[in-house]
Amino acid sequence: MSDTNEVTASVPALKPRKKRFELPPQWKTAYGIIGVVVVAFWLIVAIIGPLLPLADPLAQTAERLAAPSSAHWFGTDELGRDVFSRVLYGARISIPVAIALVVLSMLLGGLLGMLAGYFGRVLDETIMRLADIVLAFPPIILAMVITAALGPGIGNAVIAMLVVNWPQYARIMRSMVVGVRGSEYVISDRLLGFSAWQTLRVDVLPNVVSSILVLATLDFGNAILLLSGLSFLGLGAVPPTPEWGFMVSEGVQNFSAWWIATFPGLCISSVVIAFNFIGDTLRDALDPHMRKHVQSEAM
Amino acid sequence: MSATTTAPGTAATGKSAPESSHQSFFGAHPFVRYAGIRFIVSIFLAIGVTLVTFILTNLVPTDPVTAVLGESAAADPAIVANMRRQMGLDKPLPVQYLMYLQRLLHGDMGTSAQTHNPVAQDLSQALPATMELALITLVISVIIGVGLGLYAALHNRRFSDQLIRLLSLLGISVPSFWLAMLCFYFFFYKLGLFPGTGRLDPTFTAPPHVTGMYITDALLAGDPALAANAVSHAVLPALVMILWTVGFLLRFCRSSVLEVLSQDYVTAARAKGLPSGRITFAYVLRGALLPILTMIGMLFGGLMSGSVLVESVFSWHGLGQYAFQAAKSLDLQAIMGVGLTVGVIYITVNFVVDLLYGLIDPRVRVQ
Repeated sequence: MSDTNEVTASVPALKPRKKRFELPPQWKTAYGIIGVVVVAFWLIVAIIGPLLPLADPLAQTAERLAAPSSAHWFGTDELGRDVFSRVLYGARISIPVAIALVVLSMLLGGLLGMLAGYFGRVLDETIMRLADIVLAFPPIILAMVITAALGPGIGNAVIAMLVVNWPQYARIMRSMVVGVRGSEYVISDRLLGFSAWQTLRVDVLPNVVSSILVLATLDFGNAILLLSGLSFLGLGAVPPTPEWGFMVSEGVQNFSAWWIATFPGLCISSVVIAFNFIGDTLRDALDPHMRKHVQSEAM
Repeated sequence: MSATTTAPGTAATGKSAPESSHQSFFGAHPFVRYAGIRFIVSIFLAIGVTLVTFILTNLVPTDPVTAVLGESAAADPAIVANMRRQMGLDKPLPVQYLMYLQRLLHGDMGTSAQTHNPVAQDLSQALPATMELALITLVISVIIGVGLGLYAALHNRRFSDQLIRLLSLLGISVPSFWLAMLCFYFFFYKLGLFPGTGRLDPTFTAPPHVTGMYITDALLAGDPALAANAVSHAVLPALVMILWTVGFLLRFCRSSVLEVLSQDYVTAARAKGLPSGRITFAYVLRGALLPILTMIGMLFGGLMSGSVLVESVFSWHGLGQYAFQAAKSLDLQAIMGVGLTVGVIYITVNFVVDLLYGLIDPRVRVQ
């Protein structure tokens, strides 16, 4: 943590240099721009979806397994539903679920990690061993096991993913809190008689929030992948919900109709890539190690 | 591997010897103590894993008695009560858990409702198939991922680095099941370059069971044609998984090396005027090795499960495919068997990684 202070303190003094080295080849900003544009596009689609002049994603009126044409841009599926409309409606499922999952695991994991790191001892051991046990399972297997036990459905999938997902936040939060705990300003808080909650809120949280946010941004992609993976296996969304992963699995049964699986897969990829672009850019911008490295290179 | 890793280990022993005289509790060598502690932790984790599978099994609303007896017999309360007693379901949960543990220790994971085989037997066939794929993937992606990651970090902010960064981001962003489908569609359905599904062509019979991994078994049996067929079947699934793991490793290796590059000892080595090759390998790579090693350990576990999605596309009859079938038909014993097996493999791999940690970095074991 002392690194951060050092670096942020030295940044103003190095301003001309910083400018020279924070604008590398346009690539770096291109990641950020592409990421933001694509995510914004999907967010807008997710919000105004029903207002768009689209075919009903559930209506089985069109010709079955029709190839992409001017009437059905992405073709139709086995039941004669419009793939283009289903794909756009898919954003209304994947994106809110991913946001809910990330926010919930950030809150749950962050809170538990903070408690573990700040209070230590028994609380720390209990929480972190619990996290270890969860992490002893590969995520998709545990999520699969839990959804299988609870029954398929998006709600249950979210619960399963939350169980799988919180430990990484708890771990990061804990290690950062432990790092900050011994610093002079936190000790001085204690000496000044601040309550634990006050200390955490005023002096600990601002120090750890940027790392957690980077993790969360990168986690959006994972959340979407995990949900679509579960749905692909038939454990997430249940038919006839237009969920991307589930649509890909419908395409597996119809190899000749390549469009059924290709387009939803492209949608998943584009959203996940966009979130990862943003996360990566954010990380580079916020990570003190990266900045320090850039500076040491400059010298 | 052992030759290179023990060298720093022994060197460090000399250094920590004076400390260990008052630090170690049982007068044991610090590494032995470290290994012992890690082992105990692993055992606890394994018990935790069994607890999770047990609790999940009990969470399920379906009545196991009905599942065993069938609807008609379950209508008779006498039979049901008898069956409950037989299955130990009338006992309190902690006792049931101990009975469950006892059965597990005897290698009894229950019977699959779907295949009607003992789960342990099913798993012993599925596991090698997954292992085969995971090992191929791991070896190839470690070579590519660590190499390119190191390169990307050393050439930070240059074009090649940006390209590698883009590739690694793509690799981890594209859903593996979709990629698997695309590969299947192009290379099998359209081009016919590689066989599509299964582990062998139907004309071949599986080699005599030694390891359960067809490629090794075929080679052991001295049948190159069979081995070649097994390899050609493994190409597509392995390719999909490699794309994913390389993305991960590359990215991680890059950031881990970048972090080490900013350390003072690297600057010091540079200031001393050491040759850059020596700095790269003796200073940077060694420093970056620890987190990379952890990552590889995690990846191996990830591969055991990441294959769930890929296997189901390629009908590769491994753990993932088995787990998927089990989950679909709510075959609880089988699902929990998979969870348990993968969990234990995960823990074992992490234990080994921890030991290597202790060998590579002497500071770790003193804590």
